[in-house]
Amino acid sequence: MLLRVENLTSYFFLDEGPLKAVDGISFHMDEKETVGLVGESGCGKTIVALSLLNLIPSPGRVVGGRIIFDGEDLRQVTAERLRQIRGGGIGMVFQEPGAALNPVYTIGYQIAEVLRLHRGLSKHEADAEAVRLLGETGIPEPEKRARAYPFEFSGGMRQRAVIAIAISARPRLLIADEPTTALDPTVQKEMVKLLGYLQEQYKMAILLITHDLGVVAEMAARVMVMYTGKLVEVAPTHDLFRAPKHPYTQGLLNSIPRLGAGRKEPLRGIPGSVPDFLSLPSGCTFHPRCPLGDDSCKAAFPPIRDLSYLRQCACYKVDHG
Amino acid sequence: MKSRNPPDRVIPLGLSLLPGMGHLALGKRSRGLPLLSFSLLLVLVLYGNWDAFLNAFETTAVDHWIAAVFLIVALAASVIYSVWDVHRLLGSPSEGRHGKSPFQLARRRFAANGLAVVALYVIGLLYLLALLAPLLAPYDPAAITDILATRYLPPSWAHLFGTDEFGRDLLSRALYGARVSLSVGLLAVLIAMSVGTTYGAVAAYFGGVVDNILMRIVDVVIAFPVFFLMLVLVGIFEANIVFLVLILGLTSWTGTARFIRGEMLSLKEREFTEAARSLGLPSWRIIVRHQIPNALSPVLVQAALMVGGMIGAEAALSFLGIGIRPPTPSWGNMVSGGQDALLVAWWVAFFPGALLALVVLSFNLLADGLRDALDPKALMQRFV
Repeated sequence: MLLRVENLTSYFFLDEGPLKAVDGISFHMDEKETVGLVGESGCGKTIVALSLLNLIPSPGRVVGGRIIFDGEDLRQVTAERLRQIRGGGIGMVFQEPGAALNPVYTIGYQIAEVLRLHRGLSKHEADAEAVRLLGETGIPEPEKRARAYPFEFSGGMRQRAVIAIAISARPRLLIADEPTTALDPTVQKEMVKLLGYLQEQYKMAILLITHDLGVVAEMAARVMVMYTGKLVEVAPTHDLFRAPKHPYTQGLLNSIPRLGAGRKEPLRGIPGSVPDFLSLPSGCTFHPRCPLGDDSCKAAFPPIRDLSYLRQCACYKVDHG
Repeated sequence: MKSRNPPDRVIPLGLSLLPGMGHLALGKRSRGLPLLSFSLLLVLVLYGNWDAFLNAFETTAVDHWIAAVFLIVALAASVIYSVWDVHRLLGSPSEGRHGKSPFQLARRRFAANGLAVVALYVIGLLYLLALLAPLLAPYDPAAITDILATRYLPPSWAHLFGTDEFGRDLLSRALYGARVSLSVGLLAVLIAMSVGTTYGAVAAYFGGVVDNILMRIVDVVIAFPVFFLMLVLVGIFEANIVFLVLILGLTSWTGTARFIRGEMLSLKEREFTEAARSLGLPSWRIIVRHQIPNALSPVLVQAALMVGGMIGAEAALSFLGIGIRPPTPSWGNMVSGGQDALLVAWWVAFFPGALLALVVLSFNLLADGLRDALDPKALMQRFV
């Protein structure tokens, strides 16, 4: 097992009180496995990713839980060791490909910087390796492009460059936070292919964070569904799409618009919106929007329970066993 | 192919022994013209003041010696640089390098701004003249000979700027005054910028309580009436150049500190900082290599503006008699010395005043050009 997260809890300490952005999440990832983490915007997906590397911006902080990566608890290791793991053990691809690059340095420089830091390459070796990585991520004329600046790249090329930087130190886990969201559909497809290729090549596990269920269906072996900072359903991708158990998952899948659906068929969604984290509904936080919700849901958040081997769900209304 | 040297390649290399000519032969005017005019000026100075140059090595006066050595070193450096650069350009004749760095783009935009380039030339010339003042000054700036015969002589070939009430040559005094005025401006800004940048970066990096305390200190310093502070301090201590530089520098860093702090705080939130942290780069490297370069261009503009302001401030203090004291000349106290005789001898106050106006204006134009060239929004545009 590459990564085991137990009861991860991250709060933002606001003037109004603590905001529980990640509230007791447990999951695991195997070597070379791709796991999708899905949910609506603002449900805490990105904070889970940032929590793993202890990168939550102030006033946020990881307050509890264990993060066992490759046998080490990342919450216990020294700052120096954590710095080595950032980039070296766990790489991260950010949402806005343009913003993650420093505008004043060439792309090649930014890759070489990481290579020299983590792999101890000489300047010359690092430059050559940077060109190779750019070529591998599918950038045409990499020798020339390595000397270009971020503003000379298109959105898709920037995303490739960002991926090249993230994998440059050969991490064993790649966290891809909305890697396709800012791109147009044709480029999205190439990016999915690229990530698949690189995973094969470098034997990485990928934690894929997205709200795009199509990308998840194509890439992930397992899916975790998140709502208001908690996991509500975990299942193999195939099973999840075929037979979603949690009413929230069902709602998500139902709200995907279908090509070829009749004009009269209305766009469906989940009624209501993600509740304010500071005034969450009591009990199951989904009950006000849930078709099955009733008074029995208002008492406490349902614990996440095993439905079968590999399948878990957090709902009172779903039959267990 | 490389072993054969086509004759059209050799000519520019030979020409580059006269700095700038090689570049001009290659059609690189933006590098050739400054080099050519710079070295020609040095040669002219050397030719026109050969005796002074030779004497400089025999006298015990340190600034004569420094000026003479500078002259030689500068000439040698421009020849060496010129040959080296032309050689380099010949080695890679195609200018087809792909990326143009934001800095290169900014330089191009700056070069396209004629007024700013002229201002830069003027500033460069004035600093050069100030450096070479001991060689250039036709008379001793403090020498008083026969007052009755030489006082208040109007501008003539013997005294280009005329003479003052003690019969001292005003051109010589203006040249020596430039040393004071220009170096006070530059050094004070250097102090203000380094203190301000460090202070602001520290405040932004630590944040929280440290930031709060540091910024409240800035508020206090800003609220202080700087002018009266100077009056009091000058009353207590003797005003010399070092003291003036320190006072001016240490009272004007607050704007830079606030500015850098704000800039660094916003850079802290930028995604590339987060990305750099996620890649395990050490904090100092993120600050020094990734954040400060992104915050620097507005600071540069502010610095150029401030030099003009500082020179003006030094002049104002000296004019009021609390800055540089006569007989040491500074443009400020020269204007002050000329004001009594303004109606009978206009030239005494006019020349240093005009030089002050010229240099302050030049720095403002330079700052303007820098601001346009370094505009972060313009930086993102591709220069075609």
